Amino acid sequence: MGSEHAIIVGASHAAAQLATGLRQSGWDGKISVVGDEAIPPYHRPPLSKAYLSGEKHSDELLIRPATFYEKSSIDLLLGTRVTAVDPKNKCITLHDGGTIPYSKLALTTGARVRKLSLPGCDLDGVFYLRDLNDVNRIRGFIGHGKSAVIVGGGYIGLETAASMRKLGMNVTVLEALPRVLQRVTAPEVSAFYSRVHGEEGVRIITDAVVEALEGKSAVTAVKLADGTTLNADVVVIGVGVIPETELAEQAGLAVDNGIVVDEFARTSDPDIVAAGDCTNHYNPIYDRRLRLESVQNATDQAKTAANTLCGKLEAYHALPWFWSDQFDLKLQIAGLSQGFDRVVLRGASTSGRSFAAFYFSGERLLAVDAVNRPKEFMAVRRALAAGHSADPAKLADESIDIQHAFLS
Amino acid sequence: MPLVTFISFDGSEQEVHVASGTTLMHAAADNGIPGVLADCGGACSCGTCHCYVDETWQAKVGTADDVETQMLEFVIDPQPNSRLSCQIVIKDELDGLVVHLPKSQF
Repeated sequence: MGSEHAIIVGASHAAAQLATGLRQSGWDGKISVVGDEAIPPYHRPPLSKAYLSGEKHSDELLIRPATFYEKSSIDLLLGTRVTAVDPKNKCITLHDGGTIPYSKLALTTGARVRKLSLPGCDLDGVFYLRDLNDVNRIRGFIGHGKSAVIVGGGYIGLETAASMRKLGMNVTVLEALPRVLQRVTAPEVSAFYSRVHGEEGVRIITDAVVEALEGKSAVTAVKLADGTTLNADVVVIGVGVIPETELAEQAGLAVDNGIVVDEFARTSDPDIVAAGDCTNHYNPIYDRRLRLESVQNATDQAKTAANTLCGKLEAYHALPWFWSDQFDLKLQIAGLSQGFDRVVLRGASTSGRSFAAFYFSGERLLAVDAVNRPKEFMAVRRALAAGHSADPAKLADESIDIQHAFLS
Repeated sequence: MPLVTFISFDGSEQEVHVASGTTLMHAAADNGIPGVLADCGGACSCGTCHCYVDETWQAKVGTADDVETQMLEFVIDPQPNSRLSCQIVIKDELDGLVVHLPKSQF
């Protein structure tokens, strides 16, 4: 083994991919992954879905089993927090005061939840949902017939609501804006999700202003500014995340709504790369800088970062995509809809549970939200990656096969 | 435990023993088989664990459901024996299974 040492800080999706990618790209030195959680990198998306509802065991969440890392000579330093990065002396400091020198460093620090400062938010039974420990604790407060209040009608909030409702709980979702998913979807898609959640027995309150969480030691109710009081055995707050950039800032790296990286995932320090939710990077398909919160970005950017550390410069060029499972709804999103000026629907959003919403800016197809429409999702993903737009009239016409709707 | 052989697009083979009840995708991830990207972790959402079931095994493995079929229509280079490996659960009857992995996932 070579004498060089690559250290990866943060042990989630991007770290698992980066470590594996380093080996696949020929890194023959030491590789260490340092993470503050006690288990190897795991899939986070099931946390608000199959893991919360008890359908999946924590072993099933692991991206790869611990033995895989052993066999690949990747050291996992779990339960270990990095407190400082010193780019000048090329070493990191751990929470116990120990230091480890590095040849190359990768920051895959992810994001942390945005916290609300509300009266009562320190009560037992009030949670955020980001990692396995959060959900393990939430699971102690849920069960058939209990009441849950979810603060935040974004994807995490709605997925959590669906999982809890499936367990037979009374669930209310509070959204501060006039509609759920307002920041990420068109009004038609928001209305669709509100309708289906209603049909499934979830109560959604929009324009909600939470005044306080009430209870003695554990939460018992949520009080709204309009005087409404909602019973609650558990409260889950899902109001977005903030990129985890503290170490990068302390190290003097360029940070601007995420750790600033170039198309090769390099930070402003030549020996430090970064990947995943924590980065701010340029996307050539949309010709703008982005900070994405997604598995796709974590894995794809980590591949670029691993190549870069091995001296293979291949620019990051990927179409963002996402998914969200709620009840029997399989939502798959290809592309980024921000900046759209027109929405074209294929299938009905006002009845049933299957349609696709295509987002356009002028003539240009930007993205699709496909609900129980995997074919539309896959077709748009391929078309957008290849730089193709589509004919809106053909997209809207279900008698025309989706593959004939694209323009080259 | 059933034995599964993964054959990559360049002809190289890897044999792994897989516990019954494990998906083929998980077996590949657990054993570091290149060519099964499995970005979504088995949610049938990404289409990056595409494989070709060796023709001699197609009948035993079975066919894709509707969601998977729709996904498969738009993977790169679909074939009649295309499947998503996250949707194939290994069982004792599949001992000896052979699957081929597409070039696009390397």
